[in-house]
Amino acid sequence: MHMADALLSPVVGGTIWAVSAGSIAYCSKKVHRELDDRKIPLMGVLAAFLFAAQTINFTIPGTGSSGHLGGGLLLTLLLGPHAAFLAIASVLVVQALFFADGGVLALGCNIFNMGFIPAFIVYPFIYRNLRGKKLNQGRLTTAIILSALVGLQLGSLGVVLETWFSGISALPFATFLLLMQPIHLAIGAVEGIVTVAVVGFVYQARPEILRIATEDLEPGRYPLRGIVVTFFVAALLVGGGLSLFASRNPDGLEWAIARVAGSSELKAPGGGIHGFLAALQGRTAVMPDYSFRRPAGLTAAGLKPGGDRKKEEVERLGTAAAGLAGTLLTLALVFGSGLILKRRYQPAELSS
Amino acid sequence: MKIASIHGALLDFRRMELLAGGGTALHRLDPRAKLLVTLFFIGTVVSYGKYAVTGMIPLVIFPVVMASLGELPPGYIARKIALLSPFALVVGLFNPLFDRTVLIHLGPLGISGGWISFSSILIRSILTVGAATILVALTGFPAICRALEQLGTPRLLTVQLSFLHRYLFVLIEEGGRLSRGRELRAFGNRGLGIGSFAPLIGNLLLRTWGRAERIHAAMLARGFTGEFHLRRESRFGGRELLFTVGWSIAFVALRFWNLPQLLGRVVTGITS
Amino acid sequence: MNHPAVELCNLSHLYPDGTVALRDISFTVSQGESVAIIGANGAGKSTLLLHLNGVLATTGGEVRINGVQLAKGTLPYVRRSVGMVFQEPDDQLFMPTVHDDVAFGPLNLGLTGRELERRVQESLHRVGIAHLRGKAPYNLSGGEKKRAAIATVLAMAPEILVMDEPTSGLDPHARRQLVGLLREFPHTRIFTSHDLDMVLELCPRTIVLHEGVVAADGPTEGIFRDDDLLARCRLEKPFSMQGCPVCGKINQRQGDMDQI
Ligand SMILES: Nc1ncnc2c1ncn2[C@@H]1O[C@H](COP(=O)(O)OP(=O)(O)OP(=O)(O)O)[C@@H](O)[C@H]1O
Ligand SMILES: [Mg+2]
Repeated sequence: MHMADALLSPVVGGTIWAVSAGSIAYCSKKVHRELDDRKIPLMGVLAAFLFAAQTINFTIPGTGSSGHLGGGLLLTLLLGPHAAFLAIASVLVVQALFFADGGVLALGCNIFNMGFIPAFIVYPFIYRNLRGKKLNQGRLTTAIILSALVGLQLGSLGVVLETWFSGISALPFATFLLLMQPIHLAIGAVEGIVTVAVVGFVYQARPEILRIATEDLEPGRYPLRGIVVTFFVAALLVGGGLSLFASRNPDGLEWAIARVAGSSELKAPGGGIHGFLAALQGRTAVMPDYSFRRPAGLTAAGLKPGGDRKKEEVERLGTAAAGLAGTLLTLALVFGSGLILKRRYQPAELSS
Repeated sequence: MKIASIHGALLDFRRMELLAGGGTALHRLDPRAKLLVTLFFIGTVVSYGKYAVTGMIPLVIFPVVMASLGELPPGYIARKIALLSPFALVVGLFNPLFDRTVLIHLGPLGISGGWISFSSILIRSILTVGAATILVALTGFPAICRALEQLGTPRLLTVQLSFLHRYLFVLIEEGGRLSRGRELRAFGNRGLGIGSFAPLIGNLLLRTWGRAERIHAAMLARGFTGEFHLRRESRFGGRELLFTVGWSIAFVALRFWNLPQLLGRVVTGITS
Repeated sequence: MNHPAVELCNLSHLYPDGTVALRDISFTVSQGESVAIIGANGAGKSTLLLHLNGVLATTGGEVRINGVQLAKGTLPYVRRSVGMVFQEPDDQLFMPTVHDDVAFGPLNLGLTGRELERRVQESLHRVGIAHLRGKAPYNLSGGEKKRAAIATVLAMAPEILVMDEPTSGLDPHARRQLVGLLREFPHTRIFTSHDLDMVLELCPRTIVLHEGVVAADGPTEGIFRDDDLLARCRLEKPFSMQGCPVCGKINQRQGDMDQI
């Protein structure tokens, strides 16, 4: 499931962007140092393969619906985690730019959920441990299916957490979790089965292909603890920094708006960046039922205890009406100027 | 995706490339300027609070101006934007369910916070998707890769992106041929299950692998030793600076002043 | 130079899956010679060519280019000397534009600035696609791709030009142009091809491969007259040497069919 820009707050989006960008930098160095220049075209072309593969469907028996390969796990098995992470990241970049899957800010989250998790959490901690050193059909199958299940569960948990921390959606955490996890259990199971089947096919035809990834299995070649720890620290630092910055600034911002416009913006103070902090604080206390329901009126009333209710109503109606009229006017202005610009530029084009 | 829509996606992709080949001043602008401004725009959009609706509206000026100056077909861009992230919309639709406190009264009509925040999500989607679409249509993928690299993205990733872009068409078409072969020999849904899917994907994978080996051979044959040398051309001049700084100031200004509110007050004479 | 351009001694190749693709191949190609390597599908032609610039490592025997034995240390020299055009142009044009693709090799050779531009322009001109320099490879037609692929190799200024099926997939006009182009090259040239008419036109000497071994090596005309050899190696005469189906003269193959 692709995370979307519209559901993200800048703090959450920015933090995870930083984590993903750091991982990309790290993996590039790492793959470059490996000096296996075969991998350079291989990664790019396999990324294109993933795209192509996702356009082909299969029917899921007994349901009448159809599914397609996600492929993150498959790529990790074929390329090893570092190269696979880069390949998956490039697929997501293209999806974000060309197919409007997710978005530019959400790219960080998507790279994390669909790239980082399979490559740096599931692969080393689940797949490698289960698969063992010697290739064995039964263990391989179990390892792949469990990896797919865990990978999709974690990915979906990622989406839920990112959405919830962002506070743009009003879905309560528990409800969202209950909606997302079971769906992804099913998706994970299908992904696991398909991956097993494809890996089996490849193994029959060209066993040496799977060797590229398994070469990495030798102990000592994986300073993975390093990368995981580094990036969690980086995330904490960036996230902490951003939220400090964010928590101070909006106050200043609102103060500025209040001064300039004479009244606060039409929004609850509980939204967005504030929501993130509020969520952080509120999480420990009332986790399941937390939502960002804090109407503007409450705070306004809180500020003016015993204020005239009627006057307040009128005030709010006024604000709303003014807002509506202004919005329509702005839109008209914007599109009007767009048209004028277009008209002005077209003759120039014709004459040239 | 069914074959038809794969085809559609491919056509769409090509159409975007075609648009990116245009010759307007915006097309000629250094891609870094466009990329930075787009990122800044998206940052601005998401920085609004969850109930922000009117405040965000003036930001529409960015996609509208870019699309008209860049002579992009408005219908096409609108259609691309209409394919909003279904996930965001579905999640957003829960807002009215869970957030029922009435925040605004428009005459007898009470609008709940949930509907307001849902509208906000809708507007965010339109703005962010629109900006990204316009960026690609005005710049083209290879130029975006170049800009990414010049802005510090590791070369390995941008090289990946170029390869992905180069072989995307080739492989989607190859996959399309394979799966057409399968569909023509399937009866209804029979024969389209995992039993035939795995060998098909496996085949595509093996062919892809072989192709990567041949590409690598071709690279070696031309003196490739693991380093990617690219020509660098920098055109980030005054125009680019003006473009970047100008838009940035505009975004900051629009972010701080709620233009529709101000305008509305002037027009309706309501002051509060 | 007194060294032969290419010298193969008992070259063998075994693929990892156990396929023996080449067995004990030995021949030499002298400087400036134009040689065709022909053989049925799977005879080992592409495998053989891939050894000439060390893309495939030998699993037996040795390869010498201009007298230099191919080894890890000499790879850069060999790759600079041997320019290779692969069978599938899509696999050879991997950069975003034709210009970038042609510049890829010279950049790896360390060329920059003016010199680089000059090389790129010159190679594009030689194959007649200077107007396509800004185009993306996937927007080219088959013939244009082929020519772009040749330009990428010419830009490296190789001493030996090796091409795997240069005329496959070309329309008759493009093929004619390409044959003209190839005829003018001063390089040592080695082609594989199923286009035997082209072979007849361009290469005085032909080597026939059959199941990984050299079945014949000699003057092209002599080889195409040897019906036994051709039949054994699953080859057919070039059209220009077959009878004319319209004017009534029955050609060899149809004669055989009629007798059955
Ligand atoms: N990567 C590979 N792994 C295993 N076997 C291979 C590989 N590539 C080629 N072969 C086998 O080696 C033999 C020679 O193949 P090669 O590609 O050299 O034939 P060719 O003469 O070029 O054929 P064509 O005319 O079809 O291009 C064939 O039997 C082929 O199946
Ligand atoms: Mg061949």
